[in-house]
Amino acid sequence: MLGFVARRLLYLVPVLLAVSLLTFLIASLLPGDLAYTILGDQATPEKVAALRHDMGLDQPIWWRYLSWLGNVLQGDFGRSFRTGQTVLQAVAERLPVSLELMLLAQIGALTIGIPLAIACAVRSGSAFDRFMTGSAFSMLSVPAFLSAILLIYLFAVELRWLPATGYIPFHEDPVGNLRCFLLPALTLALGEWPVLMRVLRSDMIQTLQEDYIAMARAKGLKPSRILLVHALKPSSLTLVTVTGINIGRLIGGTVIVESIFALPGIGRLLLSAIFTRDLIILQGVVLIVALGYVLINFIVDLLYAVLDPRIRHGHA
Amino acid sequence: MKGPALLSVEGVAVDLPTPRGNLRAVDHVDLSIGAGRTLGIVGESGCGKTMLSRAILQLLPKKAKLSGRVMFDGQDLVCLDRERLRKLRGRSLAVVFQDPMTSLNPVLTIGTQLIETLQEHLELDGVAAKMRSVELLAAVGIPAPEQRLMQYPHQLSGGMRQRVAIAIALSCEPKLLIADEPTTALDVTIQAQILDLLAREQRRRHMAMIIITHDLGVVAGRTDEVAVMYAGRVVERAPTPDLFKKMRMPYTEALLAAIPKIDAKPHTPLPAISGRPPDPTRPLKGCSFSPRCKYAWAQCQVEKPPLEDADSPGHQYACFRPLNTEAIAPA
Repeated sequence: MLGFVARRLLYLVPVLLAVSLLTFLIASLLPGDLAYTILGDQATPEKVAALRHDMGLDQPIWWRYLSWLGNVLQGDFGRSFRTGQTVLQAVAERLPVSLELMLLAQIGALTIGIPLAIACAVRSGSAFDRFMTGSAFSMLSVPAFLSAILLIYLFAVELRWLPATGYIPFHEDPVGNLRCFLLPALTLALGEWPVLMRVLRSDMIQTLQEDYIAMARAKGLKPSRILLVHALKPSSLTLVTVTGINIGRLIGGTVIVESIFALPGIGRLLLSAIFTRDLIILQGVVLIVALGYVLINFIVDLLYAVLDPRIRHGHA
Repeated sequence: MKGPALLSVEGVAVDLPTPRGNLRAVDHVDLSIGAGRTLGIVGESGCGKTMLSRAILQLLPKKAKLSGRVMFDGQDLVCLDRERLRKLRGRSLAVVFQDPMTSLNPVLTIGTQLIETLQEHLELDGVAAKMRSVELLAAVGIPAPEQRLMQYPHQLSGGMRQRVAIAIALSCEPKLLIADEPTTALDVTIQAQILDLLAREQRRRHMAMIIITHDLGVVAGRTDEVAVMYAGRVVERAPTPDLFKKMRMPYTEALLAAIPKIDAKPHTPLPAISGRPPDPTRPLKGCSFSPRCKYAWAQCQVEKPPLEDADSPGHQYACFRPLNTEAIAPA
């Protein structure tokens, strides 16, 4: 197992280098000169040239990449020229919001998706299965902004159970904090459970036809044990992959949901960095989000090995 | 048959709906087996022997329709509610499937798969169940049983996996073990070992056993009674020695002739049974074997021969042109 982890970690090095290079290139190749953005239209060419020299913008691009990479490796992702905040500070402030949203959304999606998938797989082809598969498909085609507005209308405007927008930090009021997150997390979960349900359902239907399930029934095991231990575990590889992709996507925040519910997450940080042409923040945040994505995928790979011993032993 | 039967299958029929129409996989089969006895069910692929075993275990596919009675230990399994059936399966009624590569769960350890059965039926605590698992693995000839408990099926060879499957089946001292082609998926060298293991454990535990196989050679020395199946029906049934001494059904003869002989000269063509079994969705009017039978005459094509008693006790056959009676010439 240790060798397996070490091997996987080694694979990450070229991936991370490629990610950093792409991030840097995207930010550098954007049209517009950073020095002009900072100094404004009224700047004299001399002042611009001086700032460009100070920021190293007059150096060749490979040199700029290497010095940026060197700084990043020392933990210096740069500093916003507008607010003076470092990238790490900005991310540390916003990331907990996006992480909490992501976590609650995943819990919600899995709580809805897994039981429904199992119930449908057991009765595959039945009226219940067809109804749920159809519902999942229609839920899949409802965009997040629509379900967000409907949820706000129902739970905030009509029933007045939950706040429509706003954010209360966890350390100030844990209950209030959870109440703020319920609607946005539910919005995201509603968009995700259909995917989880569909992949798990189809894998599970296949697993239930395996000989070892007939064997488990012939052993007289309880139906709950057959479904949850014998069938769910070997059926959950795709589920884990899709959940991993969702988590990775949500680390970068969701611009739409964070904007609708006024949550100060990574998504809104990126959005404002784009609007204010704050390239240093943009570049730093994109890199950190990409690192998070790579890390999640690494964890998914490890989970495969936990779920299927054949992968652990290099058989499959 | 001495004493009341442990299992008696009475008029069991299995119908499977297919896109081509109804498929009658098992056609009114009557069989019985007493406690501690061994019954062989023999027939070629598709003759319904596996469906019959699934019908006994009540493990048929959802769409299959089952009729008839399966009396086991005084209860009709067909009418038994799920919970009582579950308590019976694995406890008094156990099975070994054909392919040990697919019948063990690939993501659970050998130990888990063995211990869960013990804990389900015998209410053993963890330590006792583990000790018993080690004993069971040792009894079926698995070296270093303690280490095996921690291993996964893919770390074992096919023969070892089938031994594990047998250990699981034997774990709760069942009254009846159904071995469904237990050696078909294994190397020839392993086959005899597995069959001997099954025979030894069957005698030791005084357990009844049904061996399902396509190979008459497998049942020859190891069963008390043999039923030969063809196209979903039992076509001949006899105590094993009687069957080999005085078989009546041309199909049984053809099956026996199809076994390669060790003393045959090189390049002797194998007397395979020509033709194929009939399409089970298009039942024939007469004897199902008649199109392939070298003795068949006109009556065989229009009338289905009933299963009738032969002159020796316990011997039944379904044929209008039986062998080993008055001399008959090939038609």
